[in-house]
Amino acid sequence: MTVLNSKIPEGPIAEKWSKHKASIKVVSPANKRKLDIIVVGTGLAGGAAAASFAEMGYNVKAFCYQDSGRRAHSIAAQGGINAAKNYQNDNDSIYRLFYDTVKGGDYRAREANVYRLAEVSGDIIDQCVAQGVPFAREYGGTLANRSFGGVLVSRTFYARGQTGQQLLLGAYSAMNRQIAKGGIKMYERHEMLDVVKVDGKARGIIARDLVSGKIERFGAHAVVLATGGYGNVFFLSTNAMGCNGGAAWQAYKQGALMANPCFVQIHPTCIPVHGDQQSKLTLMSESLRNDGRVWVPKKKEDAIKLQKGEMGPNDVKEEDRDFYLERRYPSYGNLVPRDVASRAAKERCDAGFGVNNTGKAVYLDFKYAIDRLGLETIKGRYGNLFQMYEKITDVDPYGEPMQIYPAIHYSMGGTWVDYNCMTTVPGLFSIGEANFSDHGANRLGASALMQGLADGYFVLPYTIGDYLADEIQVPRIDTNSKEFETAEKNVTGRLRRLYDAKGSKSVDHFHKELGKIMWEYVGMARNEEGLKKAIELIGKLKKEFFADVRIPGEFDAMNAELEKAGRVADFIELGELMAHDALDRKESCGGHYREESVTEEGEAKRDDENFLYVSAWEYKGEDQAPVMHKEELEFNDIELTQRSYK
Amino acid sequence: MADITLKELTLKIWRQKDAKAKGGFESYKIHNISQGTSFLEMLDILNEQLINENKEPVYFDHDCREGICGMCSLFINGRAHGPDSDITTCQLHMRKFSEGETITIEPWRTGAFPVIKDLTVDRDAYEKIQQAGGYVSVNTGGVPDGNAIPIGTDDAEESMDAAACIGCGACAATCKNGSAMLFVAAKVSQYAMLPQGKVEASRRAKAMVAKMDELGFGNCTNTGACEMECPKKISIQHIARLNREFLCAKIKE
Repeated sequence: MTVLNSKIPEGPIAEKWSKHKASIKVVSPANKRKLDIIVVGTGLAGGAAAASFAEMGYNVKAFCYQDSGRRAHSIAAQGGINAAKNYQNDNDSIYRLFYDTVKGGDYRAREANVYRLAEVSGDIIDQCVAQGVPFAREYGGTLANRSFGGVLVSRTFYARGQTGQQLLLGAYSAMNRQIAKGGIKMYERHEMLDVVKVDGKARGIIARDLVSGKIERFGAHAVVLATGGYGNVFFLSTNAMGCNGGAAWQAYKQGALMANPCFVQIHPTCIPVHGDQQSKLTLMSESLRNDGRVWVPKKKEDAIKLQKGEMGPNDVKEEDRDFYLERRYPSYGNLVPRDVASRAAKERCDAGFGVNNTGKAVYLDFKYAIDRLGLETIKGRYGNLFQMYEKITDVDPYGEPMQIYPAIHYSMGGTWVDYNCMTTVPGLFSIGEANFSDHGANRLGASALMQGLADGYFVLPYTIGDYLADEIQVPRIDTNSKEFETAEKNVTGRLRRLYDAKGSKSVDHFHKELGKIMWEYVGMARNEEGLKKAIELIGKLKKEFFADVRIPGEFDAMNAELEKAGRVADFIELGELMAHDALDRKESCGGHYREESVTEEGEAKRDDENFLYVSAWEYKGEDQAPVMHKEELEFNDIELTQRSYK
Repeated sequence: MADITLKELTLKIWRQKDAKAKGGFESYKIHNISQGTSFLEMLDILNEQLINENKEPVYFDHDCREGICGMCSLFINGRAHGPDSDITTCQLHMRKFSEGETITIEPWRTGAFPVIKDLTVDRDAYEKIQQAGGYVSVNTGGVPDGNAIPIGTDDAEESMDAAACIGCGACAATCKNGSAMLFVAAKVSQYAMLPQGKVEASRRAKAMVAKMDELGFGNCTNTGACEMECPKKISIQHIARLNREFLCAKIKE
């Protein structure tokens, strides 16, 4: 049944990428000028790729839905970026970063891709420094590092708590240089709504100008999706409000397989939900777990008093505090990977030891670090995060522990790609969070920035040449062809169907309903019964949505409700596929926790015998069951073991 | 600390159909808003109410809702990003308002940022300024090792202070002259503090200032209003550095 060819190069793992680079085709400078590339999304992956392509001589058209490329959600990444530089002389290496990433991903990532990621990680730091990214420095002038969850070395580079912002502004500045030179044509406030295929190859996109409401056609010799993740399927997540799965979903409907859609990351340290008027969740960086200690009360009566507001966290006696991560995982302590920390928090709250008036929060306490290192040091390290926390909650985290709870954060799943980052549609590529390949079932902290920039600066600029070398004879794409006409008509029809429903409920109403179903049944803990229920409920919701959604305003003008409706239509279908995927995967691994597959100690139990594969789903048409293809995973350089952080 | 529920608020909001239409204020009543709600969530609730009444919701720019993307704007009660300091509109919470209050909400008010619809403005002028020189001219690949050039912590930190700019536009919108000096200074200063950016510092300062003038931003008269309203506390000391860079560049000519 497998139709997937991941095109992993032969040879020892450390030589695969070098050999591959030497063997793939290269496009001459004269021919690059004749080739057009569309890049959708201007985050770390898209921004880096667009700039690099233009520097190489390709003509780039870049798209983003925001009013500037600088606003992509990569900007919100706080803590840092990993690289195997071994600047700290703590025995870090490419192999160790590779090993940590594969293990952290619970052995569901593709070995060869992860090795390549670790291999190019050092180049990323050099590149960003050259661009003028103001990384933190030691007094001697060398680059500073810190630790992140799931690793035993210090390899995370950072720029205060704004690393994503600084790296994105680096890529954005590289883009700006190319926009000024004419190498990139930038389309802001444009949303991609379909991929156009001509003779089976991706040859362009249909996009809506979000200001004029006009649906427009754009042609190119290749299309790159760098559109991020789909966490907003849960309504409440740490994603930006506009983050969506639309581009990936349209690609899926055009024949690109969707891989491991059920693998989403739940981040342990977010500010808890305050009420039903909430629109999004705010992350508190994982770097805080370097110095913060996570605890809940040992005694249930204390928990109840804390929930009722009858006592404060500082009133809980030292011996009555349960530092449950340090207790359960003595070797990694508060720095266990995200999936482990999230489940442990849920376990304590479900057992009745949660704090906050909802009982759905745990403490992250800096008292001990302040006693040990002094207030000024803690301020220097986390000042902006503490300020953000205080503004949102009105609580001073220097004087009282933070309250945190897990929230949906990152999508490990995504469009299936081969070693060249090409999807199953020739000429359609997917990079960064939008693809599936590098993080397996759980992503380690500070690795998203690494992967986005690796794909954008150092992987795709090479591998896309292997495809484009055979396209040099193809003239500029004519967007008046019948394929473009049909695609435009389909997009208009899809939006019309929503707009003309003229129902009684807002888009947000349906989005919130979907979020509730997803969080309840496809969230932190999943089981067969619940997943089946989710599929049934989502099916019902889909019918209601198309019949009863209300979109005010004009069709052919700026219309935020119409934009949202299109995204929610995709989320509903994507949510259903996620439930199918979660149902099929009867094991627990990484962020995917099946209650039926647990060890005696309550840890997630992987099943390598039956599930050592990537599930890649093929679209078969509206209301048809999707078909799964398997990419069997081979581990030749890492021994498979049950993950232990004890 | 205890957040209460505000029973009634009056919102006076700028409504404008599109860039060409004449705009005006409209008033709306909104009820039962918890003070723990963010300002933009309060606007979400208003929009839900408007949609239920089959009216067109209010348009405003927003995205990350955690104070870093720079997409949200809004003049609230006459202040950029509202009545709190060192935050963006999306980080503003309703505990800054009291029972029965009338809240006036306007778009950024400066000629260089024309209104697109309601509270949404066009900040393309900031893009153009960045494109004029807001970068280090380096291609991907072929760069030295990250530790090859040591940079002192003070320089790196000061560069980071400037680099924290989120490009929201509050500075130009607040300035009585509609000047973009703080925005331009932040970029020029970030690079001028680093050896990587120093190489083309003169060219950058000249090009960015020229573009800013060309796009119709006003001159700086050192009132310091921009610094007061900057959500990222970017200091006008960076304007001093920009002036220095610019003057040096001009003298060299």
